[in-house]
Amino acid sequence: MAKSFLNAIGIIEFMHEWSLAEAVLASAKEIAEKEKLKEILEVTIRIGELQQVERSILRFALSEMKTPLFKCTKFRILKAKTTLRCRVCGTEWQVDINKMDKETAEAIHFVPEVAHSYIKCTKCHSPDFEIASGRGVWLESVKGAK
Amino acid sequence: MADPRTSVIDERLSRTRRIIAVSSGKGGVGKSMVATTLALTLANEGCRVGLFDLDFTGPSTHIILGAQKTVLKEEKGIVPPTVQGLQYMSLIYFVGDNPAPLRGADVSNALIELLSVTQWGQLDFLVIDMPPGIGDAVLDLVRLIKRIEFLIVTTPSMLAFETVKKQAILLCELKMPILGLVENMKIDRANIVRVETKKLGLSYLGAIPFDPQVEEAIGNETKLLGTAMGKVIGEVARNAICAEKKER
Repeated sequence: MAKSFLNAIGIIEFMHEWSLAEAVLASAKEIAEKEKLKEILEVTIRIGELQQVERSILRFALSEMKTPLFKCTKFRILKAKTTLRCRVCGTEWQVDINKMDKETAEAIHFVPEVAHSYIKCTKCHSPDFEIASGRGVWLESVKGAK
Repeated sequence: MADPRTSVIDERLSRTRRIIAVSSGKGGVGKSMVATTLALTLANEGCRVGLFDLDFTGPSTHIILGAQKTVLKEEKGIVPPTVQGLQYMSLIYFVGDNPAPLRGADVSNALIELLSVTQWGQLDFLVIDMPPGIGDAVLDLVRLIKRIEFLIVTTPSMLAFETVKKQAILLCELKMPILGLVENMKIDRANIVRVETKKLGLSYLGAIPFDPQVEEAIGNETKLLGTAMGKVIGEVARNAICAEKKER
């Protein structure tokens, strides 16, 4: 039965970027309020390759959803390579999601932690690794005018 | 550096009237059965109900529901599919048959990810099937969902109750609302759990007798609601949850 759930994943389109864009805007707004910024001039976002966020869709979603607070905002979207570190043997390696099958890549796209269900240490084959870098979406900085 | 996901969790749950976490300090007490039965009961009462399986390393509510092949829809996030009348979300959609060996930080991250991308829409109740214990999932929900309410499940065993008691004390210290305690798999007429629950200042909501028919009802929601568990949870829902809803 669980297999059939997994099969269902293939039907999803890669559009999760909209909810991430909404989260970025909400979070930047919170920071602006805390810092008493009247307008936001630049927001730097870092996206980890593990989650395979489509930069162009994220940028489009940001432009469609932005409020007047973001009228003059430049969105910088930087990528971060995914590094995994085995907790058992200490091996560090980089993973190329593009080499995975579509269903697995899509599952990891939505919840990067499920990588533990599909990826094993390249040396000792343990699934007990940490995502040392390049997991998901992070707001790196918010700059603006007071 | 800031994690933007936590900023939208309130918005994702803004159209959900009440959020009930079915929880227990101890594993194996029947949380998933109680959570699923409660969600089905509330839906049968005409409420709009979501069920969220947060037991990431041991999800089982999909089996209890008898869920079949399900299509996930995307609408600026993930729209939970309707399963037996419930808006249903589980990590099982993403891991299938594979084990999910997650450490605490991974549990937190996966929990935040699903809370931030799931578009629950308009709900009267969101029932959450919690993992056992008082670890990351409980602490994260307390941190991220301010208006969460807890329904605690125990068995008559003192081994279970002593652990459950610790959870209840923690939740009280954190000033989290506790709807009460349900005693599951009761096999005799001893009232020690009832007495101890009262001593904690909590409501004893009901006793579910041990009923072998419950196992046979797995995968069949009509049968499940007809078991002794279904009947007791029905009373709990009407007397302790829906009644309270009307008073609000």
